[in-house]
Amino acid sequence: MTVATHTFDAIIVGGGGAGLRASLELAQSGLRTAVISKVFPTRSHTVSAQGGVNAALGNMDGHDDWRWHMYDTVMGSDFLGDQDAIEYMCKQAPESIYELEHMGLPFSRTEAGKIYQRAFGGQTRHFGGELAHRTCCAEDRTGHAMLHTLYQKNIEAKTQFFNEWFAIDLVRANAGIAGVMAMCIETGEVVFLKSRATILATGGAGRIFQATTNAHINTGDGFGMALRAGLPLQDMEFWQFHPTGIYGAGVLITEGSRGEGGYLVNKSGERYMERYAPHLKDLACRDVVARSSIIEVREGRGVGPQGDHVLLKLDHLGEEVINKRLPGIRDLAITFAGVDPIKDPIPVIPTCHYLMGGIPTNIHGQALTMDENGQDKIVQGLYAAGECACVSVHGANRLGANSLLDLIVFGRAAGKHFQQSVREGLDFCEATRDDIDHALQRLRRWNENEKGESVDTIRSELQKVMQTDFGVFRTAEHMSEGFKKLSLLRDRLTHAAIKDKSNQFNTSRIEALELDNLMATALSTAYLANERTESRGAHARYDFPERDDQHWLKHSIYFENGRIAFRSINMKPSEVEPIKLQAREQ
Amino acid sequence: MRFSIYRYNPEKDTKPYMQDFDLDVVEHSCFMVLDALMAIKNNLDDTVTFRRSCREGVCGSDGMNINGKNRLACTTHLSTLSEPIVIRPLPAMPVVRDLVIDMTQFYQQYEKIKPYLQNSEPAPAKERLQSPEERAKLDGLYECILCACCSTACPSFWWNPDKYVGPAGLLQAYRFISDSRDTEQKDRLADLTDPFSVFRCRGIMNCIDVCPKGLNPLKAINHIKELMLDEGI
Repeated sequence: MTVATHTFDAIIVGGGGAGLRASLELAQSGLRTAVISKVFPTRSHTVSAQGGVNAALGNMDGHDDWRWHMYDTVMGSDFLGDQDAIEYMCKQAPESIYELEHMGLPFSRTEAGKIYQRAFGGQTRHFGGELAHRTCCAEDRTGHAMLHTLYQKNIEAKTQFFNEWFAIDLVRANAGIAGVMAMCIETGEVVFLKSRATILATGGAGRIFQATTNAHINTGDGFGMALRAGLPLQDMEFWQFHPTGIYGAGVLITEGSRGEGGYLVNKSGERYMERYAPHLKDLACRDVVARSSIIEVREGRGVGPQGDHVLLKLDHLGEEVINKRLPGIRDLAITFAGVDPIKDPIPVIPTCHYLMGGIPTNIHGQALTMDENGQDKIVQGLYAAGECACVSVHGANRLGANSLLDLIVFGRAAGKHFQQSVREGLDFCEATRDDIDHALQRLRRWNENEKGESVDTIRSELQKVMQTDFGVFRTAEHMSEGFKKLSLLRDRLTHAAIKDKSNQFNTSRIEALELDNLMATALSTAYLANERTESRGAHARYDFPERDDQHWLKHSIYFENGRIAFRSINMKPSEVEPIKLQAREQ
Repeated sequence: MRFSIYRYNPEKDTKPYMQDFDLDVVEHSCFMVLDALMAIKNNLDDTVTFRRSCREGVCGSDGMNINGKNRLACTTHLSTLSEPIVIRPLPAMPVVRDLVIDMTQFYQQYEKIKPYLQNSEPAPAKERLQSPEERAKLDGLYECILCACCSTACPSFWWNPDKYVGPAGLLQAYRFISDSRDTEQKDRLADLTDPFSVFRCRGIMNCIDVCPKGLNPLKAINHIKELMLDEGI
């Protein structure tokens, strides 16, 4: 296959919040940059974020401090987060939010005209004191407002977009990453996008689970691409289960609904979080609340004919608060659960929501790999930002409303650092014909396989395995069972086939290419979850119920060939005292 | 349940046609039209082509014409529809394949209204203040998901998709005109004074009828016209 080459200074893969924040940073730099996105940018999953974005502005409580925000984030991460990165993010947060406000993001307002901030899970004042109101929001449509604002500013900045283009694989040259092979979905045309740097902003991979709040497009494309290029992934065992996905549909109900005063009840109407987390109650960290709900169900206090879910009660907030602060979730509850939260509680269940792990990067967004001696090594020509990256600011459990913050802070950081690198002479990595050909292998496989199992067959089985064996609570027994099933599925995948071989807008082929990425992501989760013999943050094991700092206070690293390694956690913030290891409220 | 779906693959079809599919929606646990389309693609015919992403009505990918009305497949309950369920692409736009339309002109009209905040004054160190009342003026405007259900239901847009901005674009025009932080209200209004951009709206109100987010583009269009009078533009 001969392919055309288009040359850019930077290619950004992904048109969600992180990608669009990075592109905005680069648009006015005079550098040749382009965003490729497999969907029109405003269809990216950032659009679904509801509750808000954290920044210590102090608009509600009189005073707030980014150091308190940092403390909460480190505690929330169960000490797996890197303190240098968390410090950077929390300190940058206020400026990043003001920037978005100046761009036009329609934040909700206080009486004084400032940005309205609500309470959210795990957010405190004075290092673990009373609840903080730190989550800036646009009603309960903050992600929509943010994504549209960023896209709008990119229109103004005349960013070049390749919309509905799919990234097949990174092109790996000797020295580093030379660019990316991409396919125009509408025509099937394949081109080599050559660049000084590729910025991956490909988002999450929640579709490895059966029940997920994630969009259909969240298929871990960046994870598959990184692994196939021989690069590692970090902390892939840490999946966040959001306490309030709508039972059956999986659709998200924001934590902001509890921030506004809603709470969870079991079949007796008991507000059970008072029992599990007496201090923060329903606004304890997500991992804590999700586990509590699962325990309620397992111990027979669940709701419904099967006793398999719990209820989120909002009616006591009154019609006015719900319509003013939570209009979007009212719509969702009516559409997907058939209940109006003004009158009735919403049936909910912990649902896969977010991956804390990803492509390891430093605070500039530069992708990292590991040399033979286990030392960090910067990958030339590759950045990652947003959910696909692991900086790591979320550690073992992300705080609600820290993901939108992650997008804008590190999307911007990657854009800034890339410009500096170009000024300092960052050059192209020259790819050989073989390098380019290698990045087309899997496309060729899907084009050539004539008969085999369908994409949906394998995808459904994969999702079932992950749901059954790698859910909220894990055991060695289940995971090794799941691991065997996944290994068989991986072999079956190499013989799978699509019937539709056409070129014009072939979504079957896109789903097939996505399935390779789902499989790569699921395997990395299975490997690392099985390996980590402790419970920390969102990784909870019945057989190892305690956090084990002596052996497991470290990042886990996975390579495609099955190699597992470890990286130390950064406990050295640059200007404040490190936050010392301590127990969390469980 | 019987589904009649618009099919057209330019690589092999000389003209479009409707194809029937019978799907056991209970067996496949389908509640929404999107669930049924995915079950058809996964189990009956993998060449059936449509866009989808969030499946919860916020990304705007799966606008299509279902039983004669433009709506989102992911928020349309099968139980509200009569059989056969007839699914066609959104009307009056070029069809790329099956239910996928070419939205280029729709996006061009959106870009034409400068859909971004403009403020000629230097930005303060913190946020620009905006009272809750000023902010409330953006409600019913900023929530647009660019699904194109409204513009492709508008006869005025059908006739002049190159010159008439259309309800979606005008809703966003008014979103920025209404923003107390935007300083370019006059220029924004002046940009719309030609005979087509806004004045092709004939008050047909299809846009209000179909908007899956319950927004009211016509009201925004009328406000734009009123402001033009007020400002003497």
